[in-house]
Amino acid sequence: MSQPVSHHPETSKLMSFAAGSLPEPLAAAYAAHASMCAACRGELRDMELMGAALLCSAVPTSGDAAGSIPARPLSADRAAAPARHDASDRLPAPIARHYGLSFDSVRWKRLGPGIWHHRLTLSPGVQGDLRLLKIAAGRQMPLHGHGGMEVTLVLDGAYRDATGEYRRGDIQDLDDATEHSPVADPGAGCICLIASERPARFKGIISRLVQPWTGM
Amino acid sequence: MFQAVTAHRPPFRAPAPYLKGMMPDLLSRIASERSEEAFRRLFETFVPRIRSYMRSRGADAAAAEDLAQETLLMVWRKAALYSAEKGTPASWIFTIARNLRIDRLRKEVPWQELGEDQEEIASDDAAPDELVSLRQRQERVRSVLAALPPDQREAVTLAFIEGLSHSEIAARLSLPLGTVKSRMRLAYGKVRAALEDLQ
Repeated sequence: MSQPVSHHPETSKLMSFAAGSLPEPLAAAYAAHASMCAACRGELRDMELMGAALLCSAVPTSGDAAGSIPARPLSADRAAAPARHDASDRLPAPIARHYGLSFDSVRWKRLGPGIWHHRLTLSPGVQGDLRLLKIAAGRQMPLHGHGGMEVTLVLDGAYRDATGEYRRGDIQDLDDATEHSPVADPGAGCICLIASERPARFKGIISRLVQPWTGM
Repeated sequence: MFQAVTAHRPPFRAPAPYLKGMMPDLLSRIASERSEEAFRRLFETFVPRIRSYMRSRGADAAAAEDLAQETLLMVWRKAALYSAEKGTPASWIFTIARNLRIDRLRKEVPWQELGEDQEEIASDDAAPDELVSLRQRQERVRSVLAALPPDQREAVTLAFIEGLSHSEIAARLSLPLGTVKSRMRLAYGKVRAALEDLQ
């Protein structure tokens, strides 16, 4: 769990995450990355200091008193503890807890040759896409672009594209301008979490993957 | 015109004394003694600020009031779970307000955990040097932000206080997305540099 991560989120997006203004699917992926990366957790704490300083520096409207403390009894918190997460599970804690999943309980659905996925539901009305993707060893994805902000977080195995190699805990920020054709690790394949602020376009990508076999 | 120029740049007021130094004590007195007097001081400091924080993301007056009070009630209930590794008391309170705003106003999942489910309960007292270093950190961040160029301060305020995404900030200010990102990064770069020797 503790091997160093070499690809981190882009700084201004990590700030958005700390500010609470990152779109939900990306926030899920960043939370998952932060659960695997002590360096980013440290950065988030510093970014939250910025939030606190900005919050405290806001001058409340004059005459805007706090009002009285509500009469509700000031009782101690007796809320039930959330589900425990097995620290050795390869599914990051925030995802495992929120969806009640473990790495081995994911029900993969075949998306195309050597590619499986598991969709993760977003809050009602939220745009975008969040899913787990499993790619067979050595499988190369067709060259594809990305719409809006998109990130890939490796959970198991690795993949490689023109920009480098991405291993467990590594995150790749992709955007409109990025095109890549990643190849899953020839030995271990790759399992990753994909988050996109726009609806995914896997169909187009997968159909291009199938084309060589269907002779189109 | 003067109004328009200063609209996104509220003046920095010297923080109340308990914001500067005594906050950790207030929180630990709430945790260990359930001190209602300590809670009242946090309440009076933060409720007006969190109320306007909630309003800036579109909450009406009644909802903003409820959310501000709820934030402080969570501070009361969870004070024993605060520890120095979660940040300063002020940044911990900020994260509670932020998560509540994501949950109630955006109706989305607040993905950043506050760590209340960690197995170990924080000890009542942080080590004295920890408290000193936290106060230093918060104070340095405050002075870096106070000295930011207006364009960078505007970008971080829109992100942290108004809760706008990069593309929303770009649209609001009629700027390219890349400019918004670089202003954010520049502001954080200064914060990091100011904290470097405290790591």
